[in-house]
Amino acid sequence: MLYSRVAAKFFLMFAMALMFCLATAQLGAETQDPRIYNPGVLKPTGSGTKLKIGDPAPDFSLGDLTGSKISLEQFRGKKNVVLSFVPAAWTPVCSQQWPGYNIAKDLFEKNDAVLIGLSVDNIPTLYAWTRQMGDLWFPVVSDFWPHGAVSRQYGVLRPEGVSERALFVIDKNGIIRYIDVHDINVMPRLEDLMKELDKLQK
Amino acid sequence: MKKFSVIMVISAILQIAMIGYVFAGNNFRVSADPLAALELPIPENAVDKTYLGLTGTGTFRLPQVRAQVLLIEIFSMYCPICQAEAPVVNELFQLIEGNPDTRSKVKIIGIGAGNTPFEVDVFRKKYGIKFPMFADDNMLIRKAASEDIRTPTFVALKIEAGKIVSVLPAHVGKIKDANAFLKVLFPDNSPN
Repeated sequence: MLYSRVAAKFFLMFAMALMFCLATAQLGAETQDPRIYNPGVLKPTGSGTKLKIGDPAPDFSLGDLTGSKISLEQFRGKKNVVLSFVPAAWTPVCSQQWPGYNIAKDLFEKNDAVLIGLSVDNIPTLYAWTRQMGDLWFPVVSDFWPHGAVSRQYGVLRPEGVSERALFVIDKNGIIRYIDVHDINVMPRLEDLMKELDKLQK
Repeated sequence: MKKFSVIMVISAILQIAMIGYVFAGNNFRVSADPLAALELPIPENAVDKTYLGLTGTGTFRLPQVRAQVLLIEIFSMYCPICQAEAPVVNELFQLIEGNPDTRSKVKIIGIGAGNTPFEVDVFRKKYGIKFPMFADDNMLIRKAASEDIRTPTFVALKIEAGKIVSVLPAHVGKIKDANAFLKVLFPDNSPN
């Protein structure tokens, strides 16, 4: 009887002490999203674009995450355009590239440029994936069907059905001014893109 | 009174145990020697230079920072969780700077893992970060870690006489609550 009363008291004290600790330390671990799939190291590039600097950029019209259509033509004469093709949702480098651009809005605006994110994933996948990036200021469009048609037009559809990690800078006249078909495994450097946008202003 | 003392003793034991829990990221470990060998550029910015107690130009090593405890946030400009966490880390910096005891003993720096100076600058300006941040575009910090670094990761070093005397187990992930993090890091609000 005595032992059980002592044990009960000890348990109560232990519980109170634990609660005190938890109250002073509401902590946990959250890092890169654990849902991100790791595809391993891939062949750096798997396509060969025939487009060159100075060519007119192929026009397109694709649906974005709000249900609107986004075309290149709508920016003609108004804005420089950066097209950011990423290979696939829920993969490592892609899952960070657009969040990086998301905090660089003022740098794009300074250069009178808009950004369009393109992926061959379908809209529901892109919606779920981009929600965990925060609120993106730029449109994300789906090049899902006909599968990768715009990626193919730009010559950046890889044989396995995903696009390259590619950047195209298109000026207000619709002319391609920069092409970077990047190593799919590596993040393109933000300053390299910004240098190209700066050149358009000169 | 006696009951309260017992609660406090048990609580203290649990607090110590929780430091291990909070800072442990499975088997993730950061070693002192490679950290001590890491060279970073002495900031050109006078405020940063004074904050770290550095003089001159060129490079410095972490144990040269004038602090008893150096807290390193390993982050990436591209990491959305680091972006979301930036205001909390700013609050942590303010808490440390707002207490004369911690201000004189604890310094914070950020290391942008895989980031260029340009990218670190974008991150710093975006979130109005007051503590010094450094680029590590070649991921040299990886040499100090037992496995790939996830961002954000927080590492606290104890420094004495220009040497790293200990590295607390790293905290991998969000700290979420700056006050709670500081209390766990320094239960008596002092780095000693």
